[in-house]
Amino acid sequence: MLSVNGIHTFYGLSHILFDVSLTVSQGEIVGLLGRNGAGKSTTMRSIMGLTPPRQGTITFKAEPITRQKAFLLVRRGIAYVPDDRRVFADLSVDDNLEITFRRNEDWNKERVYDLFPVLGEIKSRRGGNLSGGEQQMLAVGRALMSSPELLLLDEPTEGLAPLIVRDLEKQILKLRETGISILLSEQNVKSALKLISRVYVIDNGRIRFEGSLADFEANEEIKKKYLMI
Amino acid sequence: MEFLSSICPPEILCQILVGLSRMTILFIVASGLTLILGVLRIPNIAHGSLYMIGAFVAFSVSKWFGGGTTGFWMAVVLAPFAVALLSLVVERGIFAHLYEREHLMLLLLTFSFALILGDLVKVVWGGEYRTVQLPGSFKGPIPVESLPIPIYNIFLVIIGPFVALGLWFFTNKTKIGKISRAAAVDREMVGAVGINVSWVFAIVFVIGCFLAGMGGALVSPIVNITLGMDHTLIMEAFLIVIMGGLGNVWGALLGALIFGLTQSLGILIWPQFGIVFPYAAAVTVLLFRPTGLLKSTW
Ligand SMILES: Nc1ncnc2c1ncn2[C@@H]1O[C@H](COP(=O)(O)OP(=O)(O)OP(=O)(O)O)[C@@H](O)[C@H]1O
Ligand SMILES: [Mg+2]
Repeated sequence: MLSVNGIHTFYGLSHILFDVSLTVSQGEIVGLLGRNGAGKSTTMRSIMGLTPPRQGTITFKAEPITRQKAFLLVRRGIAYVPDDRRVFADLSVDDNLEITFRRNEDWNKERVYDLFPVLGEIKSRRGGNLSGGEQQMLAVGRALMSSPELLLLDEPTEGLAPLIVRDLEKQILKLRETGISILLSEQNVKSALKLISRVYVIDNGRIRFEGSLADFEANEEIKKKYLMI
Repeated sequence: MEFLSSICPPEILCQILVGLSRMTILFIVASGLTLILGVLRIPNIAHGSLYMIGAFVAFSVSKWFGGGTTGFWMAVVLAPFAVALLSLVVERGIFAHLYEREHLMLLLLTFSFALILGDLVKVVWGGEYRTVQLPGSFKGPIPVESLPIPIYNIFLVIIGPFVALGLWFFTNKTKIGKISRAAAVDREMVGAVGINVSWVFAIVFVIGCFLAGMGGALVSPIVNITLGMDHTLIMEAFLIVIMGGLGNVWGALLGALIFGLTQSLGILIWPQFGIVFPYAAAVTVLLFRPTGLLKSTW
């Protein structure tokens, strides 16, 4: 479904991603694990067309999408939840959902409120006044409004209390049942392992490991060297 | 009304009314400027030129319809649309490709546009004074108290709140308005939820310029329409926008109110230096609230 082939991404002059390749197939949750500054968010931004790669190609459903504008990618079925959430602070929860582009009727506000009942109770609250956990739910809900086939989920558990993390995990699993594909970046390996079926480990802008969940769990060296667990 | 005149002599009432109608024009123009500044982040110096063009187009339209009541109404209605159309062409043709540039670049670019549009006006309308006739019904003195200023001033004062209300409705109740509020703060993320920000910007830019044209059309019957009328206005409009808080439409209303009233009442207090008062007010405001009275979107 998504295929990233040897991309190199820069911020100005600094070379951040080196020959990063990865794939996500229909209906799977793939983990992109790495420490702070490893390049997870940059990979997400590269795919989403926000920081387009200088080299390499990206395809989605077998069509090239390298360097396409973000809004066109949403219309093709990719949705993005940034690591810093970026809910629209001036808009209400309801309006945050409402302004999102909708590809079809699969998802609507009611369905988002069903998934995250907490949000339903604070529909008219300003996005800027939400707690971290509520903002994360809103960011995910907002992304879902476009009825994506692929969700780029960047460190959803960052800065959230364990209880809320567990809630969020449940909801992500519910999403998986709907057949959506997810590229999930995480530092919180413990949480990620409950959700994903395949693993990429990124460090210093390079993919250091790729394999099944079982391979990863067995590979103490990789875990120790790049994730310090 | 007896009561009114007992606490407030007619000449002061007159000045207040003149100040309020002046404020309406300033508000309409400044609200367009602040809308563009807040959402697109373009300090559009050419905004004053669009105001001037609005006035000149109003003159031409009114003349085309043979002046009088029809001419006036046609001018007031059509001129803003003409300006909006012009701005759409400029936005799609030029600005749309330059949003990522630095503010200084954009500032210089819009400045050059102000010069170009100024010359354009000179070519099309020449350097003479023009005037638009007020319809008869608007000319007469205000019946109550028989204040010696045209009823048109009352008409202007009534229009102001409607424009404010319309803008409030646009930014708070329409989807495009909500999107533009989000884009003012985080345009990248608005793109990342599937919205073609470029078109949203075009719409906001055109609405802002429409307001400049509307200000020009509304002012056309009460001033001499002339080259250079853009210069003072753009200064005042920027001052109002800065006073009110960049990008804040209500701030523009407040700023225009302060500016209009201090200007017209200043004349009563110290006729030779009346012009100083609004600037002094602006300095005072900024001294105490450097980022403007209301919340800036910058
Ligand atoms: N806008 C930027 N300009 C320059 N360098 C940047 C920028 N954003 C990130 N970087 C650098 O790119 C590298 C990768 O950053 P990235 O945000 O992709 O890491 P990450 O894996 O998402 O880390 P975290 O877990 O902290 O979110 C880091 O060294 C970072 O300093
Ligand atoms: Mg990150």
